[in-house]
Amino acid sequence: MGEKMKEVGLYIHIPFCRSKCLYCDFNSYPCREDDAPEYTEALLRELHAYQERYNFVYKTVFIGGGTPTVINCRLIGEIMDKIAPRIKAGAEISMESNPGTVTFDTLKYYRSLGINRLSIGLQAWQAELLGELGRIHTTEDFLNAYNWARESGFDNINTDLIFAFPNQTTDMWKETLDKVVSLGVDHISCYSLILEEGTGFYELYKEGKLQLPDEELDREMYRIAVDTLGSNGYLQYEISNFARKNMECRHNLVYWRNEEYLGVGAGSHSKLEGKRFWNYKDINRYISLAAEGKLPVEGQEELSADEDMWETIFLALRLNEGLDMAGFNSKYGVDFRTRYGSQLKKLAAQGLVFIESDRLKLTKKGIDLSNSVFVEFA
Amino acid sequence: MAGDRQKHIRNFCIIAHIDHGKSTLADRLIEKTGVISARDMEEQVLDNMALERERGITIKLQSVKLEYTAQDGQEYVLNLIDTPGHVDFTYEVSRSLAACEGAVLVVDATQGIEAQTLANVYLALDNNLELYPVINKIDLPSADPEFVKKEIEDIIGLDASDAALISAKEGLNIEEVLEGIVKYIPHPAGDEDKPLKALIFDSFYDSYKGVIAYIRVVDGVLKPGMNMRMMSNNKEYEVVEAGTLKPWLNPTGLLMAGDVGYVTASIKNVKDVHVGDTITDADNPCKEALPGYRKVTSMVYCGIYPADGADYENLKDALEKLQLNDAALLFEPETSVALGFGFRCGFLGLLHMEIIQERLEREYNLDLVTTAPSVIYHITKTNGEKLEVSNPTNLPVPQEIEYMEEPIVKATIMTPTEYVGAIMELCQNRRGTFRDMQYMEEKRAILNYDLPLNEIIYDFFDALKSRTKGYASFDYELKGYERSDLVKLDILLNTEAVDALSFIVHKDKAYARGRSMAEKLKEVIPRQMFEIPIQAAIGTKIIARETVKALRKDVLAKCYGGDISRKKKLLEKQKEGKKRMRQVGSVELPQEAFMSVLKLDD
Repeated sequence: MGEKMKEVGLYIHIPFCRSKCLYCDFNSYPCREDDAPEYTEALLRELHAYQERYNFVYKTVFIGGGTPTVINCRLIGEIMDKIAPRIKAGAEISMESNPGTVTFDTLKYYRSLGINRLSIGLQAWQAELLGELGRIHTTEDFLNAYNWARESGFDNINTDLIFAFPNQTTDMWKETLDKVVSLGVDHISCYSLILEEGTGFYELYKEGKLQLPDEELDREMYRIAVDTLGSNGYLQYEISNFARKNMECRHNLVYWRNEEYLGVGAGSHSKLEGKRFWNYKDINRYISLAAEGKLPVEGQEELSADEDMWETIFLALRLNEGLDMAGFNSKYGVDFRTRYGSQLKKLAAQGLVFIESDRLKLTKKGIDLSNSVFVEFA
Repeated sequence: MAGDRQKHIRNFCIIAHIDHGKSTLADRLIEKTGVISARDMEEQVLDNMALERERGITIKLQSVKLEYTAQDGQEYVLNLIDTPGHVDFTYEVSRSLAACEGAVLVVDATQGIEAQTLANVYLALDNNLELYPVINKIDLPSADPEFVKKEIEDIIGLDASDAALISAKEGLNIEEVLEGIVKYIPHPAGDEDKPLKALIFDSFYDSYKGVIAYIRVVDGVLKPGMNMRMMSNNKEYEVVEAGTLKPWLNPTGLLMAGDVGYVTASIKNVKDVHVGDTITDADNPCKEALPGYRKVTSMVYCGIYPADGADYENLKDALEKLQLNDAALLFEPETSVALGFGFRCGFLGLLHMEIIQERLEREYNLDLVTTAPSVIYHITKTNGEKLEVSNPTNLPVPQEIEYMEEPIVKATIMTPTEYVGAIMELCQNRRGTFRDMQYMEEKRAILNYDLPLNEIIYDFFDALKSRTKGYASFDYELKGYERSDLVKLDILLNTEAVDALSFIVHKDKAYARGRSMAEKLKEVIPRQMFEIPIQAAIGTKIIARETVKALRKDVLAKCYGGDISRKKKLLEKQKEGKKRMRQVGSVELPQEAFMSVLKLDD
């Protein structure tokens, strides 16, 4: 204690879900909500340990999962109590939720805790597609959740959408976008389906039971999202993220700007003082380590200057604001344009990047091929 | 005059088809005569390189002196001279055979005689060796020793009634083999009083002693301090050390007529010591060298380049080191627009090439890009000038070529009769000329074909194996050069010719090759940011075209939250893949593209 205050983003992981969606490879466990009280206790211990050690001020908070809204809402209350004294005034405090796991009362309660941004997992508008994805809610559940959230005072609401998954047509995708736009949500994340090992989709794919859309269709859907949302007042500020003016997710900006953050909970990741470290994913292991008074850290990675520079570049390039080259130069004591001269020349010639007011940005084509751009800077 | 001493010496080798148990038998003979105690003996001591052991073949010769007390109560020295067991090394085999009076012919009791057995038998007979047949693997359930005996008699015309029936693996009847060697293989009959005449049958380089030559003394005496002369190049050296092979070097002071051993003379370069050459006494030389010496010629060539240009010097060092012990390996610097600085290397044959590539990668930890193998073409230009070309890039433009000649080999293929049709079709496809066919017995035949060497350096072995379920065996030797209608096929990527992908092919096969090459490249070239046309061309004429479509999507449109490490790992993997690519003009080519020409099915 007594150290200088350090502003960080705080991520809190709630690894419980009612059921596992077919595309999901996040650290979540269906039907284990009974472990939530013990898990919360472990979380509080972990938070306590960090808050004892560092003089953190949380400039953003993000409670993610899993589905934080499947556990007893009082447990979220306990967590909020623990961190409240450290939260910076006016901070964005987000929580993820899923339709069918919230009521008007619980939402009102969450809002009363100071949570001021709600993310509602929708993924697709069409009931038949929700089934395909392994979602357990209906379109009506979503509408209820959305309306209750508005009524209980949430004026910053995000929905997550997925495109380019099996049986989804461009018309369906357009309908999904139109519906959320007409509802007036404040922030929209559009993710394209990525087949990850260990997911239900992956198993189906291996058995040859999954017909995936081709790249052309994927890019067409992406283009539809960018155009539709753009023309309806949503600014694209990151490869997959769109928001009304000043409604960008500030917590996620911490990641993309390569700033410091603390992650607590099973499987969560942190970046502090030039290191990345991460917790054990397994709930039981996480709980028992916390009970022994230990930090549940599984591993860490010390970042060399080169690696840190690379991370800064590829994270920043995901943002439409791009990379502030002058800022980069002063942070790392190098000259960006000299150090990466050949890459800049090559990538610009390929029409993948451009420079605008001393910021390096991806072109539209550069977004589509962003990984190829990022590896050039490695 | 052959003294009493020589009557107690037997110089012999073991000849067999690959896998018929030559090395295992050698182990048992060594074990039985107690040169090395069984416990200390590493499996198959003669095959001392890891790679040899893995492939079950002997590349570098080793020899060993065995001491055996026979049933007649007399002590004998049995010099076992090991021979490499592959067609690429025929010349080396023939020189090893020339150092012997006889050979133990090992035939697998379950397989019978194979092409290689026969090829080696002919070599042995050429060298006037006495053959002592041994039938191995009689412990196996499918062993049919009587059938094999009959085969030996019918095909080779060798009396097999006294053949030893053994299992080298189980150590069964090994004593009988030792007795047979004493009984059936003639002793040497050189003249100790004549001027020195010794045959070099192998050599290797030792950093302390210089070149160590393995020799068989035919006449005379060799001892330290004397001046010896290599009769092929008249170079003279003072003998430093001479001795026997146990198999380690065992200095004995002198070697006499009939002995097998080694000699050192502070010789710096393995290239000055030619296998097959004759050593004589410089002060009292013999009149004539031993017959049969010839310079080894490389038959197969390819370009070898470091995957990372920074490894050029390391590659050069590694090749130099390998060459110290392998006079048959040739290399000279060459440059390729696509691959940068590397070497054009010459090999005895395909196996030799593969072995060198593997040793470079394994023992010297080099990451290599190799171009498709080629042969030497003889070119006569319109102005009368003659050229030898192994790198297709160096071929003159068609207008300047009067005619071209390509190497032809005499191929011997032994096969169960049911596959004769399939093999004939294969040889036909490979521009083979049928010579004749002999039935060895009802079920087996020998096919003799003349085949262009450039048709067998690609995937002939594999094609033969797959068409005959592995039952056919194959052997070849160079026949000579013949005029042929050949063209250079170029591959253009994004309209730029890639020199390292050019190859020389017969005109009639150019279209098919060009097409399959373009198809193959389409498979192996990953999509890039722009469309890549792949064209196969003869001169300015495009004969095949494929297109690698442009990459449209390479983006992680997904939320990984704070797990940046995971995202980074994905990118790092992508970066690693990229590093293994060669930038050729505007196109990134994976290394396997350069070898893909090898794997064209036809």
